[in-house]
Amino acid sequence: MIGNDRRLDRRAAIRILLDKRGDLLVVTGLGSTSYDAASVGDADTNFYLWGAMGAAAPVGLGLALAQRERRILVVTGDGEMLMGLGALATIGVQRPPNLALAVFDNGRYGETGMQASHTEAAVDLAAVARACGIKEIFEISDELGLREFADRIHHATATVFARILIRADEPPRVLPPRDGVYLKTRFRRALGVEQG
Amino acid sequence: MSERAAVAAPDWRDEIFAALKAGGIAQVGYVPDAGHARLIDLVRADAEIRAVPLTSEEEGVALAAGAWLGGMRAALLMQSSGVGNCVNMLSLAKNCRFPLVMLVTMRGEWGEFNPWQVPMGMKTQAALELMDVLVHRVERGEDAAPTVAAALDIAFNGDLVVAVLLAQRLIGAKRWTK
Repeated sequence: MIGNDRRLDRRAAIRILLDKRGDLLVVTGLGSTSYDAASVGDADTNFYLWGAMGAAAPVGLGLALAQRERRILVVTGDGEMLMGLGALATIGVQRPPNLALAVFDNGRYGETGMQASHTEAAVDLAAVARACGIKEIFEISDELGLREFADRIHHATATVFARILIRADEPPRVLPPRDGVYLKTRFRRALGVEQG
Repeated sequence: MSERAAVAAPDWRDEIFAALKAGGIAQVGYVPDAGHARLIDLVRADAEIRAVPLTSEEEGVALAAGAWLGGMRAALLMQSSGVGNCVNMLSLAKNCRFPLVMLVTMRGEWGEFNPWQVPMGMKTQAALELMDVLVHRVERGEDAAPTVAAALDIAFNGDLVVAVLLAQRLIGAKRWTK
C-alpha cells in the first residue's frame, strides 16, 4: 500500500478521465466527485447527485440500459459507494457493456470532516466489485493506470469498475448547478429525449 | 363477488402487465414478493422489458431515475416493507421531479399471519405520503389495471411519484386458491 500522500490528485485524475470524453454521459455522486467533474467544466451531459447517497451507481445502471449506444461513466467516492454496495450486486447481474464505474477512494468521508471510511480500515471495493460479478476490474494508483482505464471507458465490452486511489485532501470546491429539475431537463434535452 | 365470477374473471396480474406494456414501460426493477410473482414472471419473459432484480428497493428509485434520464420509462415492484427502504431515496425523485410508478403489494393487513410485517404495513401509505408520493389503493381485481394505467399517465405526464398499493385482501384471496 502506498502512503496516502503519494496517492493521485483527484483533480488531475478527473481531468484524465474526462480529457477526451467525446459524447460520454457522466453521473457523479454526492459530493466531492461532483465538484471534481465540475472542475473540468460543466456539461449538459453531466448529472450531479447532490443527495440520495448510494444512488450514483444505480442511476448509471438505469441510464446505461436506456442508452445502449452511449457510454456512461459513474464517478463517485468510497463513502457514497459504500452506502449502495448492493447496487454492485445488481450491476453484476446486468453488466451492461456501456457502463463504467470509477470510485475515487481516499478512505474518507470528505464532506463531513474527513472521518475514516470502511475502505481505510478493511473493505476492498475492487474485490467487492469482482465478487459481485463485474469481470473487468482496475486498481489504479498511478497515471498510467488511469490513462489505460480512461481508454477502456470508451472501448470496453462489459461493465468495468475502477478503484482509484486518491489523496485525502480538499481542493477548492467548484460547485455545479444544484437545481435537480434543471439538471434532469438539460440532460434529457442533450440526449434528445425531452419533449417540448 | 361469487366464486364462479372470480374464476371467470381475467387475472388482474395479467391486466397490470398489459397496462405496463401499454404505458411504454421498458425497465422493471423489483424485489421479489409472492404477490408480484406472476407479474415478475411476465416481465422476465418479455423481450422488450429489461427486468432488473434489486438487492434493496431504494436502488430501484435510482434505477428509474437513470432510465428516465436516458428517455426510458421504468416501474418498480416491491412489497410494503420495501417502501421503508425507499424513503431517503425518494428525495432524488422529488428534487428532480423524476416520474416514478411503484407497485406495492401490501403485507401486514387483512389475513396477515406474520406480526413482523404489521408495523411497516400499517405505515406504508403514511410513509409514502410523508414524501409527497401520490397514493392509489386497489382493493378489487377489476380496479387494478385501470389504476395502474392512471398512475402511469399522471406520473409520466406530470413528473410525479405515484404508488399503487395492492391490498393484501386482493392478493391473499388469490394466493389461497393455489
